[in-house]
Amino acid sequence: MMNFKEIIAKLPYEKPFLFVDEIIEINENGISGTFTFDASSDFYKGHFKNNPVTPGVILIETMAQIGLVSFGIYLMNESGEKMDEIQIALSSSEIDFFKPVFPNEKVIVKSQKEYFRFNKLKCKVEMFNLKDELVCRGKIAGMIAVKTSR
Amino acid sequence: MSDKDKMIEELKALIKPYIQDEEAFKNLHENTNFIEDLKINSANLVDIVLDIEDKYDIEIDNDSMDKMLSVKAALEIIEQKVSKK
Repeated sequence: MMNFKEIIAKLPYEKPFLFVDEIIEINENGISGTFTFDASSDFYKGHFKNNPVTPGVILIETMAQIGLVSFGIYLMNESGEKMDEIQIALSSSEIDFFKPVFPNEKVIVKSQKEYFRFNKLKCKVEMFNLKDELVCRGKIAGMIAVKTSR
Repeated sequence: MSDKDKMIEELKALIKPYIQDEEAFKNLHENTNFIEDLKINSANLVDIVLDIEDKYDIEIDNDSMDKMLSVKAALEIIEQKVSKK
C-alpha cells in the first residue's frame, strides 16, 4: 500500500493549483483529506472585490483532487497498475453549496466510491469546515488512466 | 417487431440520456457509432455499459468494453453475454 505522502507526491499538480495538504484515511471504499486555503492566494484579490470568499470552482477542484484524483491513484496502485504517469480528466460534477469558505479556513473532504469501472471513477463527495458544518456535497466523476509509453 | 428491433429500442432508451446529437439519435441504425455519431463522451459510455449490465444482468469485461463502440457491436456483445448466462 502507498503511504499518504507517496500518494500526494503522485498528484499531477503543484502550487498554486495543488489543493491537497494531507490524507487522513484511505481504503478501497473511500478517502478523507484536508486542505487549508492560503489567504494570499491570487483568486481572493478578485473574488470578491474587497470581500474574499473561496470560489465554488476552487471548492470543486479541492473535492476532486482529494476525493477523486488522490483516491484514484490509490485504487490504481492497489490494482497493480504501474504508476509512472497518470492521465486524468474531470468528466462530470454536480455539487450543491451550503456554507462559504473564507481565507485561511481548513476544510475536510470525504469521498465515497460509487464505482470504479473501465477507468471511470465516480464518487459521492462532501466537504466540511472545522465546525463540522457541511460546506458542499455532490457527485464527481472522472477518467483516470496510466499513460502508456508506446 | 423482430428481436433485433426490440433490442435496438431497448438500447435507445438506455443511451438517450447521454446523447449530444439529437439528429443522429433520431436516425439511429446498426452502424451508428456512439462517440463519432451520437457524440457521447467516454465517461458516459461507461455509464451506458453499466446500465446495459444492470438491464440484462450480464457482466461486460474490459475487452468487450473496448469493442463497444457502435450499436451493432453493442447488440452482438449483449447477445453473446446473455446466451452464456
